[in-house]
Amino acid sequence: MATLTIPKTQSVYTHEELVDEKIIKWYFAAALTFLTTSMLAGLLVSLQLIRHNPFAGIELFSPGRWRMVHTNAVAYGFLANGFLGCLHWAIPRLTLQPVLDRRLSWFIFAAWQAVVGATAAGILLGEAQGLEWGETPVWVDPVAQLGLMLVALNFGTPIARMKGPMYVTLWYFMAAFIWTPLTYAMGNFIPEYFVSGTSAGAVGGLFIHDLVGLFVTPLGWGLMYYFVPILIKKPIWSHGLSLVGFWGLAFFYPLQGIHHFLYTPIPMFLQYGAVVSTIAVELVVTTVIINFFGSIWGNWSIVRTNLPVRYFYTGMVFYFLTCLQCSFQVTLTFQKIIHFSDWVVGHAHMVMFGVFSMWIMGMMIYLFPRLLKREWASQSLLEWHFWLSTVGLAVMAGDLILLGLFQGWSWAALEPWDASTEFSVPFWAIRAIAGLAMFGGLIALITNIFKTLKAASANA
Amino acid sequence: MFESKSGIFYIAGIGFFVLAFVSNALVPWLMYNDIPEKTVAELINPNLRYQFEDLARRYPEAFEAAYGKPPGGDAEHDVWWNEKCGDALRVGHKIYVGEGCWHCHSQFIRPVSNEEQRWGPVSRSAEYQNELQRPVLFGTRRVGPDLCREGGRRSNDWHAVHFFKPDSLSQESPMPEYPWFFDGSADKPNAKGLAIMTYVQWLGSWQESYPYYEAYVQSALPKPESVEADAEAAEGEEDAAEEGMAEDAEPAVETPAGDAAPADDMPASDTPAAEAAPAAETPAAEGAAPAEATPTEAPK
Repeated sequence: MATLTIPKTQSVYTHEELVDEKIIKWYFAAALTFLTTSMLAGLLVSLQLIRHNPFAGIELFSPGRWRMVHTNAVAYGFLANGFLGCLHWAIPRLTLQPVLDRRLSWFIFAAWQAVVGATAAGILLGEAQGLEWGETPVWVDPVAQLGLMLVALNFGTPIARMKGPMYVTLWYFMAAFIWTPLTYAMGNFIPEYFVSGTSAGAVGGLFIHDLVGLFVTPLGWGLMYYFVPILIKKPIWSHGLSLVGFWGLAFFYPLQGIHHFLYTPIPMFLQYGAVVSTIAVELVVTTVIINFFGSIWGNWSIVRTNLPVRYFYTGMVFYFLTCLQCSFQVTLTFQKIIHFSDWVVGHAHMVMFGVFSMWIMGMMIYLFPRLLKREWASQSLLEWHFWLSTVGLAVMAGDLILLGLFQGWSWAALEPWDASTEFSVPFWAIRAIAGLAMFGGLIALITNIFKTLKAASANA
Repeated sequence: MFESKSGIFYIAGIGFFVLAFVSNALVPWLMYNDIPEKTVAELINPNLRYQFEDLARRYPEAFEAAYGKPPGGDAEHDVWWNEKCGDALRVGHKIYVGEGCWHCHSQFIRPVSNEEQRWGPVSRSAEYQNELQRPVLFGTRRVGPDLCREGGRRSNDWHAVHFFKPDSLSQESPMPEYPWFFDGSADKPNAKGLAIMTYVQWLGSWQESYPYYEAYVQSALPKPESVEADAEAAEGEEDAAEEGMAEDAEPAVETPAGDAAPADDMPASDTPAAEAAPAAETPAAEGAAPAEATPTEAPK
């Protein structure tokens, strides 16, 4: 259990004054609600692919629309809410300054749920915008933009007020608060209102890429730099490598957007640039991984005993695999085969679920007992959640990546198109089963939360 | 600097972001700035008009319910058809985006992986400089085939049945069915159905090789000069395309490998309906020449 007292020499604030525990619980509840929605949406689409859609022909259950709900609910409903909840814990405790205003925090919370809800409703009513991860209907975009700027203001204030040297976590957070609103504005407004065609493709590529690289990734790594040393009770292995990791990411990550659209009419020299900087960032990523593995080295038994640490390091293993995969798939040689195939879908699941969802789950598992002032009701349900999620994801990603190769080769060999959808069916069936396992893990977690809540209220 | 607030704020936060935006977004933006963006009205071509009027012939009641009756008098007549065709394109595009069609169907042909054999000429920048590519619909995944050379390949009847129940035409197709584009049966498309079919028939209708994209071999005979001049004035598309491509490393592959027997390779297997399609009547079937005689000059 982390100590809840704060040295008076550094701050006049108590933990209760710093951290609004209630809002963290609400953010986590919202995050898990949207994750459930997203996984059900994913399940519906996977059933459509194997031609067993129980809701075929019902407009509101159109798989094309639910596919967009799936990705948007994960990005904006689950990841954003999960991160915001964790930030409400980490930032005030790290800076020893409260957020700008608690009422503003609650306003942001409500506004953000309205944004995500309106996005889902808009998509289901067929109002989506034609931009991947920017499907948020155009009439929601300004509200979302405002919300992101308020988040930056609310969390930026404690960082600005803080005195003394900044810990690496805060570098990532500070940069993310600047990058996220800029990225959102760029992606959602420029290709819609200012440019069209090929150059809009370049902007769109930059948007989907920056959303992962400049919003999700820095928040994720920042939180890892915060939670890992606390949990393993050891400092980060190398400060120098932290610097390399942060500045390498900041420089190389935004330069890669166009690698999503290789072989398009976007000028070739820009495509080469994107490929080179992608490979460069994989080297940077390796330094970050070395840093974290150096930190835990010699202390591996903690992975067995401490569940959140196990989630974090599992996520890091997937992160390394994803990035390794990325440095291959980004080359033009691989692109010929794997672009447009299920390889990419496997890759996306490995990043979004294998890495960032695992991290958020780990942080939730660490924080819930502290928020509810009560141990987890069931350790075995937590183990179920971990193993179902990890094994499910590994099977799904492996299955889809392999399938992607087969699809790419089939297309290049000019087999009839139907051949590729036909031989995909067994793979898609395995994917659906793996997805069900991951969903089962989520159910285990939610059941556990309710059990813990019940025990907590019985105790009170 | 590397650990200070101002360093992170200005250099990493703003500086690197702006650097990436300038190099990765502003550069292509400025490079393609000289290719004019076409409005929907400018996108209507005779091939598309043929398909749109074909919809009116095949589904007269649905068409009249959606668009009304064409007025008499040749000039107004033409303006009316173009106007309605534009409306249908806009609505069709909205449906295409709203239903997430573009998540399973891409709209660009790459110069690799034999794609020009399967679908036709490699995509060029100029093809995307139009109102219906805001935001651009390159796509992200191909569960189904690419669609940017789909127009004219299959008949409107085929599309109607396919939208209504895809696996009745493409066996084992994982594509969802869209009964809400219809009033109960495949021969009764509603306004939505007519619009999405118009949109799909538009895709690729601007191509010189329309509608036999993949088997197209350019005629060895020189084009009459007057026709070419007209073509430039009316369309300007091909030239703009050429300019846009000048910077690209990958040249536009107009003719797929000449005599490499592309025709019977693959699309023939699933395009029985395409035979019934416009070949005889479409202006484009006879080459680019008659295309100029028809409406596009005066879109209202």
